[in-house]
Amino acid sequence: MHVFANPARFLSIARPLTGWFGWCGAVLIAVGLGAGLFLTPVDYLQGQTVRIMYVHVPAAWLGMAGWSGIAVASLAELVWRHPLAGVAGRAVALPGAVFTAICLASGSIWGRPTWGTWWEWDGRLTSMLVLLFLYIAYIALADAVAERGGQARVAAIFGLVGAVNLPIIHFSVLWWRTLHQGQSIGFTGSTIDPAILWPLPIALAGFTLLFGAIVLMRMRAALARGKVEARLRRLGSAA
Amino acid sequence: MSQWPFVIAAYAVAIAGTLALAIGSFVSMRRAERAAEALKRR
Repeated sequence: MHVFANPARFLSIARPLTGWFGWCGAVLIAVGLGAGLFLTPVDYLQGQTVRIMYVHVPAAWLGMAGWSGIAVASLAELVWRHPLAGVAGRAVALPGAVFTAICLASGSIWGRPTWGTWWEWDGRLTSMLVLLFLYIAYIALADAVAERGGQARVAAIFGLVGAVNLPIIHFSVLWWRTLHQGQSIGFTGSTIDPAILWPLPIALAGFTLLFGAIVLMRMRAALARGKVEARLRRLGSAA
Repeated sequence: MSQWPFVIAAYAVAIAGTLALAIGSFVSMRRAERAAEALKRR
C-alpha cells in the first residue's frame, strides 16, 4: 500500500484512471438506466415504480461504500500514517454524502406511491438518515481541522467510530421488520425476477466507476491545492 | 394515479445530483491543477 504513498507515483496512476473510470462509468450508467427505463417489464405488484430501483440501489450502495472507504482510509491514517489516507478520506466524504442524499430522496419518492407515505421512521430509513448526518459531521470536522491546523487524527477517529452505523444499516431490515422490504439481493442469489434484475448490475458498475473517478478528481484537486500552499509558503519565506 | 411522474422525479434527482458532483469535482480539479502548474512556472 505504501507504494502509493508517494503523491507523484499516485498521480501518475490516478491521471489516466480518472478518464477511464469517468467515461466507462458514464456509458454503463446510460446503458443501465436506459435499459431499466425502456427495456424491462413492469412489476406485477409495484408497476412502473420498480424502475426507481436502478437509481436507488446504486445510491444506497455508494452511500455505504463511501463510509467504508472513509473507515479504511482512517485506519490507514491512524495505524500506518499513510500520507494519502487523510486526503482519500476527505475526498470520499462529499460524494458519499451526495449519494446517501440521493438514496434517501429516491427512496422517499418510491415510498409515496408504494407505501402511501413519503417518510416513515423505519429502521432502514432512519439509519440511512443517520449516515447522512455522519457524513455532514465528518465534512465539517475535517474542514475545521484543515482550517485551524488541529489534529487530523480527530477526523480519522470519527471516521472509524461512524463505521458502527454500517452493520446497523445492513441488518436493520432483519432486526426491525417494519416498512422497508427485506434483503432481496444476496451473495447466493436474488428474489428479483431476472427479467427485471439484469440492468441493475450494469447501473451499479457504472455508478461505482463514476464514483471512483469523482474521488480521484477530488484527491487530485486536494494534492494540487496542497502543492500551491506549500509553494506560496516557500515563496513567502524566501522573500 | 400515474406512476411515471414518481419515476421521472427519482431519475431527475439522481442524474442532477450525480452530474453536479462530477462537474463540480472536475472544475475544482482543473482549477487547482492549473494554479499549481502556473505557480511551478514562476
